[in-house]
Amino acid sequence: MDVELRGITKRFGSVTANRDVDLKVTSGEVLGLLGENGAGKSTLMNVLCGLYSADEGEILIDGKPVAFAGPGEAIAAGIGMVHQHFMLIPVFTVAENVVLGVEPTGRFDHLDLRRAREQVRAINDDYGLEVDPDALVENLPVGIQQRVEIIKVLFRSADVVIFDEPTAVLTPQEVEDFFNIVKGLRDDGKAIVFITHKLNEILEIADRISVLRAGEIVGGGEVGELNAAELAELMVGRPVSFDVKKTPFDPGEVLLEVEDLTVLRDNDDLAVDRIDLTVRRGEIVGIAGVQGNGQSPLIEALTGLRRVAGGTVRFKGRDITHASARDRHKMGFAHIPEDRQRTGLIPAFTIAENMVLDSYYEDRFSAGPNMRWSAVNAAAAQAAADFDVRTKSVFNTVATLSGGNQQKVIVARELSRDTEFLIAAQPTRGLDIGSIEYIHSRIVEAREEGDGVLIVSSELDEIMALSDRILVMFKGRIVAEYDGASAEKGVVGLAMAGAAA
Amino acid sequence: MTDPQPPGTLSDQLLDRAAPDRTAFEDLVVVPILAVFIALVLGALTMFATNVDLPTIGRSYVALLEGSVGSLSAISETLTAAMPLTLAGLGIALGFRAGLFNIGAEGQVLIGGMAAVIVGFSFDGLPAAIHLPLALLAGAIAGGLYASIAGWLRAATGAHEVISTIMLNLISYRLVDYLLRLDFIQREGRADPISRSVLETAELPRLLTWIDANLRLHAGIFLMLAAVVVIHWLLFRTKLGFEFRASGASPDAARYAGMRAGLIIVLAMGMAGALAGLAGANQGLGVLGRATPGFSAGIGFDAIAVALLGRSHPYGVLLAGLLFGALEAGGRQMQVDAGVSIDLIGIIQALIIVFIAAPLLVRSLFPWAFRKLAKVGRE
Amino acid sequence: MTQIADPVQLQARKLDTGKVRQARISGWALLGLAALVAFVFGQDVVGDATFRLSRPNDPLALPNLVIPALPFTYIVAAILAFLGVRLFLQGGVRWTSLALGFGLFLAVAAFLVWATAGKSFSLTGMLQATVVRAVPIALGGLAGVLSERVAVVNIAIEGMLLAGAFTGALIGSLLGGLGGLFAAVAVGGLFGFILAALVVTYRVDQIIAGVVINLFVLGVTSYVSSQVYQEHRFLNNAPVFAPVKIPVLGDLPVIGPVLFYQNIFVYGAVIMVAVATYYLFHTRMGLRARAVGEHPRAADTLGINVYRTRYVNVTVAGMVAGFGGAWFTLGSVGRFDENMTGGRGYIGLAAMIFGRWHPVGALMAALVFGFADSLQQKLALLNTPIPSEFLAMSPYIATIVLVAGLIGRARPPAADGKAYVKE
Repeated sequence: MDVELRGITKRFGSVTANRDVDLKVTSGEVLGLLGENGAGKSTLMNVLCGLYSADEGEILIDGKPVAFAGPGEAIAAGIGMVHQHFMLIPVFTVAENVVLGVEPTGRFDHLDLRRAREQVRAINDDYGLEVDPDALVENLPVGIQQRVEIIKVLFRSADVVIFDEPTAVLTPQEVEDFFNIVKGLRDDGKAIVFITHKLNEILEIADRISVLRAGEIVGGGEVGELNAAELAELMVGRPVSFDVKKTPFDPGEVLLEVEDLTVLRDNDDLAVDRIDLTVRRGEIVGIAGVQGNGQSPLIEALTGLRRVAGGTVRFKGRDITHASARDRHKMGFAHIPEDRQRTGLIPAFTIAENMVLDSYYEDRFSAGPNMRWSAVNAAAAQAAADFDVRTKSVFNTVATLSGGNQQKVIVARELSRDTEFLIAAQPTRGLDIGSIEYIHSRIVEAREEGDGVLIVSSELDEIMALSDRILVMFKGRIVAEYDGASAEKGVVGLAMAGAAA
Repeated sequence: MTDPQPPGTLSDQLLDRAAPDRTAFEDLVVVPILAVFIALVLGALTMFATNVDLPTIGRSYVALLEGSVGSLSAISETLTAAMPLTLAGLGIALGFRAGLFNIGAEGQVLIGGMAAVIVGFSFDGLPAAIHLPLALLAGAIAGGLYASIAGWLRAATGAHEVISTIMLNLISYRLVDYLLRLDFIQREGRADPISRSVLETAELPRLLTWIDANLRLHAGIFLMLAAVVVIHWLLFRTKLGFEFRASGASPDAARYAGMRAGLIIVLAMGMAGALAGLAGANQGLGVLGRATPGFSAGIGFDAIAVALLGRSHPYGVLLAGLLFGALEAGGRQMQVDAGVSIDLIGIIQALIIVFIAAPLLVRSLFPWAFRKLAKVGRE
Repeated sequence: MTQIADPVQLQARKLDTGKVRQARISGWALLGLAALVAFVFGQDVVGDATFRLSRPNDPLALPNLVIPALPFTYIVAAILAFLGVRLFLQGGVRWTSLALGFGLFLAVAAFLVWATAGKSFSLTGMLQATVVRAVPIALGGLAGVLSERVAVVNIAIEGMLLAGAFTGALIGSLLGGLGGLFAAVAVGGLFGFILAALVVTYRVDQIIAGVVINLFVLGVTSYVSSQVYQEHRFLNNAPVFAPVKIPVLGDLPVIGPVLFYQNIFVYGAVIMVAVATYYLFHTRMGLRARAVGEHPRAADTLGINVYRTRYVNVTVAGMVAGFGGAWFTLGSVGRFDENMTGGRGYIGLAAMIFGRWHPVGALMAALVFGFADSLQQKLALLNTPIPSEFLAMSPYIATIVLVAGLIGRARPPAADGKAYVKE
């Protein structure tokens, strides 16, 4: 089946997410859709799968124009999408998730789960996907959850399969497996759209490439005709360098010492299992690992946001195992949380208020019980100017800012004071390349000033680029350690998948 | 950190405030006015449906207006009715700002009022300058402690405050019934549950008796105005207020910023209860002079409406309290003059809130009153 | 990913897990109960407690249950102390909830024996009253389950019950019991639909919408009561549904009168709970409804209409609550009084939470509340030294304790309380 988008324009209020986009994908090929975060890739595909309706333009299937009133009609027409954020219901089983919306039923609307299980097993066998139909989705690793999403699409006999940033949550080894699945689907005659912002992946898997920038198609072609540098320039609109400039590694005294640390999740499952860790002054320690291996609870424990169940944490020789988040802040901890919308910022508050969210109690911003708002506003304006936050006024709410500028507000808040130790979790997730470069330079700057830095990221490239030392976390333990300068990506990737455990 | 570039005037430009938004103005002013209007129209329809004839409907709305602002006595009644509503409404607004939905104001009014009345009749011979503040303080503390139970349960166990405050309301009715039968509280020689009378030294003095002995306006009005100013200061000018608002807007972000969520919940709940307790004290010491079963008369529930109507802003709450006070004073006049049950006011109040809570509904009913809304959204 | 750590193993490593903390708290609670039973109930208890199980003229009469009060009290205290101490020992963590539940049951039994000592008390009568009083709470809880499973928080149950009670009395007076019942269901459904419209279409905060409906219903019913019923009393005089005896089963001792000789509201509640359980967990529609409550966006991407699902379920929830409301008038006294539901809707909400968002769980929780309710009624007759006001408070205190103690372990639907915005 061939699908063509013609002149698609989609607006949200005054923002145009897609402008006059033409795109075509035919059966038996993989179309790579390349673009930065925020370029409008997901919006375009949500139009194709019926979730959004386009303001202008048309969709053609095998040359005939179609109109989708909702996702149900797009599915019926043979279009399936694997979303970036999985559309799975955690408390349902695999079989229930797969059949949802097209359930086999008996009399009295009775749900025929036995037939559902058989159908899931049949697809398992056809495509070599091994997934237990009775497992609860919330207990499955993300790599397997993605297979459930693929089974969902196949179960609906889709002819066009869209993958939106499918590798973000996978280890390099899982990416290999995933690519084999995609190639199998292509050889089976499906038309595949592969959305990503990662150049190396698109060059490996795609047959044809289209590049989207600021909502418009800016170029593309057969995969053999393009090289990585050209694609990068098309995607960003200017030449980019991927190297982070750092002074030579010269660590100082030990700042943070973690011994035998054990942390539990809310449901008492073991999250961090007897970890040892040190961070020195002037050193960036990067923790690599697939999401969900205990990184978030580790960060929460180190920043005083989660109870420590066992072991000790020392900072400059002092035991801070049970110190509060506020106490650590006073000692010079800076924390860039992993979820800027939920935990890093208050979207409904102004930029100025967000700039002092964790330092409002300091004498420069308050006197007795009173806030000194004029001092807050002046400092916020200064920090916003220093850290390149693009806004008209610090009295605008943070919700009005783009993702990159929101993250800069957090970085400005955390680093515009005297800090000694920086913890950054997923500091550039979902940002455009300009913002990524800027935030990386600021993190390196903190290191040059003698701060200890601990970075957690599921983007292995980010860890490789920034770290002086790389630790790999797997199932709550640190399973490998590498020197930042000499580590090889393939080796680290294997460790992330548990090979070193 | 050092500055990479000289900041110069950029940081000054960032201190400019944008002009007030048209949509904000519409939500703050146009929607409430239309909401009151629609509610009155629907109230008239309700009367019509229950066989009240048109002249009577007209007469009842005239009475509503006369009884609320038509005379000095009417204004005195309106203000008297507005005081407890505004005080308790401020407490609920404070809770809203801190992300807490306190349905328990009714119980806090009862417990606070009960404590104030007990202190009010217990200390014979104290000068008024000590006795009155003592009784008010007792009301505030009792209401605050009672509400803190729900706050503590929320902070310590995660029990939702909506359920626990509702239960505390139901418990408070029985508790007051029980207290009113105790020997040292029940009035001598009475078999029915009624407390002794508050001593003169603990009464909130009436202010306008020099004009007419029947004017009930009392010194509680200063309490109300002071509370409005203090709560405004607390919410928008202090560290604690910043913590309240941050926890309310995003509990996770507040926790990550090092704020102590549990403490904030207990404090916010305690202060909300103290304000409701003051509302009860205001009734006990200023209007009733004694306690009887259910003397709170639904103030705590109407206060929820007042807080919603006032958009949880202290000045808004004051205006909403005055409006509801006027409706209540006018409603009594309406019952006398036109024979329409005062329960109609309850219907009108509920309708006002629903329209204010659903600006989309008002906009779709009166599209001509609003600038066309641009669809807002981001990828 | 997550690993399931064995609680005993974690305990052996001296980790301070939530389960260990919970076991410790429960242990102290049980020891406290043991002390209460031994030192308060054991102090002034004399004679035997006599529980009547049958009426003398029942076809299959059972003899009275006679329990010597003092020995019973001390045995219970000993068992409670044993259960409590066990929780502090290694390995005791596993059975925390069971131990606590059993301990509470024993404590209530000891309390009953203490209160009845030297007197006689109709156990069957109390159980019958338990079931009757559980009906509106169970139906309110079921209404809560149905709407919260599609992620709409339903504070308006109280108002829907009240509307059902009012309509049942009004229409029942005009058209007879069945007409009143249907009208009550319809009006309940109407308010469900209004709630859905407010929260789904107009995106009003769900709790505010619920509170407003409660205030509105209270206003309208009170207004009509005082404006109309004062003069036209015939409009508030509906027939009451009589109990229906189920042949054979109804003649069994104890369970006969408790379960099989009740009016249609009791049977209706049981049937509705069964149907709702089948619907939610065994049908296509139920699977979709639960998907909407857990992850509306996922449901939307699969072509499930989130808005329509919410409308339908919340409307049906309103109809269930309307049926439950009719119990107050058509199943009980036949006359409407202002605010006669008296907070039962809110207790229904607590029953839903206590029952972990499951229809059967809500029914069981409602029976617990019904028991507390009927207990305080019957105990008032026994002349215990406890003031009646405190007995009247007991269901509400129980609710607070249960909600506080169980909330950590019960998990609401993931999207509960959140509006779904399509674009």
